[in-house]
Amino acid sequence: MAGVSKEYKTISQIAGPLVFVKKTEPIAYGELVSVKLSDGSMKRGEVLDTSDDIVVVQIYEGTSGIDRGASVRFLGETMKMPVSKDMLGRILTGAGEPLDGGPAITPEQKLDIVGAAINPWARDNPSDFIQTGISTIDCMNTLVRGQKLPIFSGSGLPHNDLALQIARQAKVRGENEEFAVVFIAMGITNEEKQTFMTEFERTGALKNAVVFLNLADDPAAERIITPRLGLTTAEYMAFELGMQVLVIMTDVTNYCEALRQIGAAREEVPGRRGYPGYMYTNLAQLYERAGRIKGKKGSVTQIPILSMPGDDITHPIPDLSGYITEGQIVMSRELHRAGIYPPVNVSSSLSRLMGGGTGEGKTREDHKGVSDQLYAAYAEGKDLRGLVAIVGEESLSDKDRKLLHFADIFEDKFVRQGHDEDRSIEDSLSIAWKLISTLDDDQITRISRKYIEKYLPKRE
Amino acid sequence: MSNEGKIYRVAGPVVTATGISPRMYDVVFVGNEKLMGEVIKIVGDYSIIQVYEDTSGVKPGEPVSNTGRPLVAELGPGLLHSVYDGIQRPLAVLQEKMGDFILRGVSAPGLDREKKWDFKPIVNKGDKVEPGQIIGTVMEGTMEHRILCPVDVEGTVDDIKTGSFTVEETVATIGGKDVMMMQRWPVRVPRPVKVKYQPNAPLVTGMRVLDTMFPLAKGGAAAIPGGFGTGKTVTQQQLAKWSDAEIVVYIGCGERGNEMTEVLTEFPALEDPKTGNPLMNRTILIANTSNMPVAAREASVYTGMTIAEYYRDMGYNVALMADSTSRWAEAMREISSRLEEMPGEEGYPAYLAGRLSEFYERACIATSLCGKDGSISVIGAVSPPGGDISEPVSQNTLRIVRVFWALDTKLRERRHFPTINWLTSYTLYDSQLKDWYVNNVDPGFPALKEWAMLTLQKESELQEIVQLVGSDALPDDQKVTLEVSKMIREIFLQQNAYDPVDTYCPMGRQFMMLKLIKKFSDLAQKALVAGATVDKIIAIPARQRFIRSKYEETIDDELVGIDKDFDEQFKELGA
Repeated sequence: MAGVSKEYKTISQIAGPLVFVKKTEPIAYGELVSVKLSDGSMKRGEVLDTSDDIVVVQIYEGTSGIDRGASVRFLGETMKMPVSKDMLGRILTGAGEPLDGGPAITPEQKLDIVGAAINPWARDNPSDFIQTGISTIDCMNTLVRGQKLPIFSGSGLPHNDLALQIARQAKVRGENEEFAVVFIAMGITNEEKQTFMTEFERTGALKNAVVFLNLADDPAAERIITPRLGLTTAEYMAFELGMQVLVIMTDVTNYCEALRQIGAAREEVPGRRGYPGYMYTNLAQLYERAGRIKGKKGSVTQIPILSMPGDDITHPIPDLSGYITEGQIVMSRELHRAGIYPPVNVSSSLSRLMGGGTGEGKTREDHKGVSDQLYAAYAEGKDLRGLVAIVGEESLSDKDRKLLHFADIFEDKFVRQGHDEDRSIEDSLSIAWKLISTLDDDQITRISRKYIEKYLPKRE
Repeated sequence: MSNEGKIYRVAGPVVTATGISPRMYDVVFVGNEKLMGEVIKIVGDYSIIQVYEDTSGVKPGEPVSNTGRPLVAELGPGLLHSVYDGIQRPLAVLQEKMGDFILRGVSAPGLDREKKWDFKPIVNKGDKVEPGQIIGTVMEGTMEHRILCPVDVEGTVDDIKTGSFTVEETVATIGGKDVMMMQRWPVRVPRPVKVKYQPNAPLVTGMRVLDTMFPLAKGGAAAIPGGFGTGKTVTQQQLAKWSDAEIVVYIGCGERGNEMTEVLTEFPALEDPKTGNPLMNRTILIANTSNMPVAAREASVYTGMTIAEYYRDMGYNVALMADSTSRWAEAMREISSRLEEMPGEEGYPAYLAGRLSEFYERACIATSLCGKDGSISVIGAVSPPGGDISEPVSQNTLRIVRVFWALDTKLRERRHFPTINWLTSYTLYDSQLKDWYVNNVDPGFPALKEWAMLTLQKESELQEIVQLVGSDALPDDQKVTLEVSKMIREIFLQQNAYDPVDTYCPMGRQFMMLKLIKKFSDLAQKALVAGATVDKIIAIPARQRFIRSKYEETIDDELVGIDKDFDEQFKELGA
């Protein structure tokens, strides 16, 4: 196709990331475009709107330097990602070019980056535990293969540390499974980029990972394609190569800002807070690429990370994300201020698919009950803190004092863990049991008798 | 009338064509791959089409052909047990034809053309038949599928057959017209009924908080709003599993793929509590996940509703769940903005309220054209952004529906499931349904329910005092009230959807449980008067037994035992 494509020098308008081209032959919607600038440099883009009269092209790298004399070439195909098994261990730019000084990727296949929706009929139920080594996730908000479980964070919170720790520690237990991480950074700063690159290399996590880095000063349009490149790679590794792939995307907020920017440039009718009305569908096109397929060995699991503007969970970005993802891990500024890492607020966190991935044969028989008990006791303990602030601790009953104490040690011993502390699920559960043993018997209401007898440590 | 034209413009799912002269909402096929679409706007020679599939790679100049008819649902035997996408393509067939991912340009008929069904006529040659009348039956799995005379056909039966036929073969000739088992109906048009009437019986769901506290009438409409993670989907799935409708239509509209998978794997494995047959035998699932084409999402609720109406017309009670109507509204918004229409509130089109009420108005209890009574109860989930129900979709929905089940994030944090808030939920069907409860459960039911609601109301008032001064400052009788309301919450309102026993609670048992709590309350107050302490009252063993009893398989015997225990143990306390 590329040979027959014609060049046009008929740009009629340039606005934001968009170039309007008057043309002579029919151009397909979604077709790739290359633009040759007067200084000889090249830019790439994609067709957003096509008609007999005019074609609207979105330029990935931004339109700076393009003038009406630039020549536009339509490539006759939609955006493809070259994929191969050799991608493991590579660090690429947000546009998929090598960033680590290595050779270009020799493709085994070239795949359409938009990705088709998995037929719901072909999906398999996510039901296998992934151990992240983080107690608050493994024990209370269990991640399972094929799930998408975002981390809702805020600016200044250590979500990137947590992301790296998960990327390093995550494993599929027991079986002889191939595990890989696709790390997609969107709109990160140069400093963060350095941290990610050195951390990945230092800890050896890179050998099982493919890293895509789109920087804060890269053009907005590129940010839209970075996660699609990463997810296409992930799907290839999962469904063609049979690997268990964990995709970590940070920071989805930057992605949404890019969507808004492009929407505004296209003069679209904005939805809530200026974000485009199709943001839900657009985010779904990323998140819904997580999953398992019947009869295929691999899986795509996602941990998208997003920073909530102003810590506001009702902001459109966390809100729409929460409607698509299967739960959320919420980071708490309060815990962070108290010096607790990882500052996971378990009360507002949730893993919707936890039920399928826990219990006997998956984690441990007592898992569900222990988790419920921790939630309940911690919630009551936290409520009591409010009361204590008013009436003082002396007026509490003995039982209430125990709950209050429970909330404190829960945060200190269970939530808090070291940056390099990789806890197995058994470790997490045994810490949990130790905490539970500080409660009276009749306060342990969520765990079945037989597990209490089996697991509750002897009290002093 | 020209039916072949060309594409002029492609912008995402919106395609403009010239050279065809369609009517509004005619179905057209777009491009070389024949992608299915629907005409949603006509401007001069330009027809604006929303396409149900991804349009990447489609070029101006490619052909467009008009079918000349609107989007229809295929109705007939074979619907039950099906899993469709938003435009009634069976997902299993799509997988066969194009693999694990949804590609495009594949058409698949809603009803199997090969399968033969045993048709038994119930009218005879020479009978006069009216539109909508039952002319014969087919066993669709375990359900009797009643074949209805199409609405545009009437007259004398010239010929009627018995035996095995496909849905497209002629089974009768009526008034000179050939009638087959399959009929087509435009999804955006409500099917006619003889007369709609006032609902007077509840849709029994086995969920205590719904059946006892906030019942939905058969033929009514309810809304479940709730921020994400409040248990909205679990609640809907429970309803689909357990409600006493004969047919369940579940529309997964713009929701999660994995959640649909859960439904798709769970439903076929579930047993219908009444018949022991697989639940799928009476279920139709429509799955249009959030990343499937947005135009098909817009159509999915109509497709589901038309199928529901078809079964209502046979005289069945149908429960239709739409999860979630907000996604549907967003699909409207997305398409509206692509059409560059003037937006209303929050970017939603100005016709949002109209579309919502048209949809909910299709819920009804009615005598259908065949003379049998049938109903459609609609349960629409609303997913308000940030859980704030002041947004347009929630508000426009609440104006129409009469039942509101308020899901509460706070309750979820406490692991109180189902998370239906007893203070903010409401039902406007109480007075209409009162007689049903008196006649079918117990004459004391309305009073008991009122007592429970009052106690919960009192609790929330007392809690305010406790927040200020601590519970020790309350007088003993109020402490007991708090304890009783805690029992209502923990024993009665909380219900574990995943526990084999607790997941479904029959009406009689619901009444019994609540009656026991009332009994505890009455006896406890008496014991107080007789000088017992609050701690002693709370500590009676029967109370502990009661708390655990709801997970026991022998719960009904347990309840009888607890009733006796209460008498004995309170006697010891002097009551």
